[in-house]
Amino acid sequence: MRIITIASEQKRRRSRSVREATIERLLFLAGIVGALSVALITVFLFASGLPAFANFGLGNFLFETRWSPTNGVYGTLALTAGTLSVTLTALVIGIPSGVACAVFLSEILPPKAARAFKFAIELLAGIPSVVYGFFGLIVVVPAVRMYILPIVRLWDPDAHTTGLSILSGAIILAVMILPTIVSLSENAISSVPEEYKEASLALGANKRQTIARVLIPAAKSGILASIILGMGRAVGETMAVLLITGNAAVMPKSLLDPVATLTGTIAMEMSYADTSHQQALFAVGVILFLIIMLLNAVAQTAAKRMGARRS
Amino acid sequence: MKKRYVKSTVATLAAVLVAIGMTACSASDKSNDASSAGTSSGEGEAPESVTVVIAGSTSVQPLSEMLAEAYMDDHPEVGIEVQGGGSGQGIKAVEEKIADFGALSRELKSEEEVVAAEQFLIAKDGIAVVVNNATELSDITVEQLKRIYTGEVANWSEVGGGDAKINVITREEGSGTRSAFGELTGVLGKDENGEERDFTIDSAIVQNSTGAVLQTVAATPDSIGFVSLGSVDDSVKVLEVEGVKASKETVVSGEYKISRPFLYICGPNLGDGARSFAEFILSGEGQAIVEDAGFIAAA
Repeated sequence: MRIITIASEQKRRRSRSVREATIERLLFLAGIVGALSVALITVFLFASGLPAFANFGLGNFLFETRWSPTNGVYGTLALTAGTLSVTLTALVIGIPSGVACAVFLSEILPPKAARAFKFAIELLAGIPSVVYGFFGLIVVVPAVRMYILPIVRLWDPDAHTTGLSILSGAIILAVMILPTIVSLSENAISSVPEEYKEASLALGANKRQTIARVLIPAAKSGILASIILGMGRAVGETMAVLLITGNAAVMPKSLLDPVATLTGTIAMEMSYADTSHQQALFAVGVILFLIIMLLNAVAQTAAKRMGARRS
Repeated sequence: MKKRYVKSTVATLAAVLVAIGMTACSASDKSNDASSAGTSSGEGEAPESVTVVIAGSTSVQPLSEMLAEAYMDDHPEVGIEVQGGGSGQGIKAVEEKIADFGALSRELKSEEEVVAAEQFLIAKDGIAVVVNNATELSDITVEQLKRIYTGEVANWSEVGGGDAKINVITREEGSGTRSAFGELTGVLGKDENGEERDFTIDSAIVQNSTGAVLQTVAATPDSIGFVSLGSVDDSVKVLEVEGVKASKETVVSGEYKISRPFLYICGPNLGDGARSFAEFILSGEGQAIVEDAGFIAAA
C-alpha cells in the first residue's frame, strides 16, 4: 500500500516537472520570438537604409531641405522638421490638458464619476487612426481655416492656409495621445501615498497648493513617462497625420503651413518606389527608428531615476 | 538546472529556426503559385481552380475589380485577386512573377518594355481638372495648368479668375495620376541637362488618394486638383481644358488633351486562365463594363 502511494506520488511529481518544463519552454519561445522579431526588423531596416546614407551623403540626406524623389533629390530635413513640429505642437496642447484631466479625475471628481470619465477617455485609444484622420479632414481642417485664420490675420494680414497644417495635425494628435497621458498620469497621481496629502493639508496648505506643490511633484516620474510615451505615439502616428497635414515637403514657417512627416512620406511613397527611392525611404525609417529609440531611452532613464526614490 | 536550461535553449532556437525556414518556404511557394497558376488549367480536363493575380495602379484597381467580379460569375473555377500598389508596383510584380498582370495607368516607359512581353489596352481615362465649386473660372489652358502647378502663377487673377491665392493640390510622388497629369501638361519635363524632372511646386498640398483630393478640393476655397474623369462627382467643379469639356466623347476623339491609357502588361508564358480573362476584357461584354465604370472603351 505504502509502496503504491510512493510510486504514484513520484509519478505525479514527474508529470508535474514535465509540464513545468514544457510551459517554461513555451514561455521562453514566446520571449525569443519577440526578441528575434525586433532583431530581424532592426537588421533589415539598417541593412536596407544605410546604403542610402552612403549614396546620397550623410550630410545631404540629413540637412538638405528638398525631398523630391522624382528629381533624385533626397533631403529629409523638411520631413524631420515636419514630424517634430507636429509632435511638439501636439505636446504643447496635449500635456496641459492631459495632466489637468488626470488631476481632475484623481483628486476632484468623486471616484464613481471618475471611473465613467476614465472609461470614456480610454475609449479614445480604441478609435482607429484613419477615423481620427478623416474626422480631422472634415472637421478640424475647415475649422482652422475658418476660425483660426481670421484671428491670425489680425496681426499678420498676409497669413494664408488651406487648413491642412501643422496646427490641424497637432490638434488631432493631441486628442490621440490624451488616453496615454491621462491614464498613466492619473495612475501616478493616485499612487502618491495618502500621507503626503494628509501632511500637506495638516500643515495648512489648501487643496490647490497640495495638488500643485505636493501631488504633481511626487508623481512627476509617472507623468513624465506618460508624456514620453505619448510623444512616441505622436512621432509614429501615420494615417491621421497623412490626411490632415497637407504633406508638402517644405520647411514650415508658421503653424498654419502644411508639412510632410517622416511616417507619412514612407506610407505615401513606398508602394511606388524604385530601388534608390526605396533605399531612401528605408533610411527615413532609420531616422524615425533612432528618434523613437532615443525617446524610449530617455523615458526609461527618467522613469528609473525619478522612480527609484519611491519603490 | 543551468545545464537543462542551456539544452532547452538550443532546442527552442532550433525550433524557431525551423519555423522561420518553413514560413520562408511557404512564402516562396505562394509566389510560384501566382505565376504558374494560369498554366495549370490548360489540359482540357475537368476545370481546375485557377488564380489570376492583378497588381498595380490604384486608378485601374476599381475597374479591375468590376471586371474580375463579372468574369468570376461566369467562370466559378477562376479566382481573380486584384491588388493595388501603383503602376510601378505593377511592373515590379510582373517582373518578380508575383502577379500575372501588372496594371498601369500610363504608357509603358521605354526601360520597362523588357518586362512586358505583351500589353493590352483595356480602357482610356481622362484626367479631369477640378476646382472648388465657388470658383468663377470655367476654362483653363494646358499652359496655364503647367504654370499653376510649377508655381509660376500663384493667383487666380493671373489666369482669368478672381483675386485669390491658388491652393494647389497634387497627388503623391509615384502616383500614376500625378505622372500622367505631369507628362500631359508639361509639369513633368526635361531640364536643361535633358534629365526627367518633376517641376511641381514644393508647397503644393499632397493628398494620397483620389478621394482625399476630391474631399480637399470640395472643402477648400480657391483650390485646384486633378482626378480620374470616372471619379468626378458633384462636390467639385470640372474645368474645360482649351475650351473642351472633359467627357468620354472628347477623350476618345482626342480633343480633350489630358487623357491616358489603362494597360495590362504581362510577362512571357501567360497562363490560359489569365489569357482568357484578358480576352474577356477586350470583348464587347468586358468593354461594356469599362463604360459602366465611367471609363472609356479602348476600341
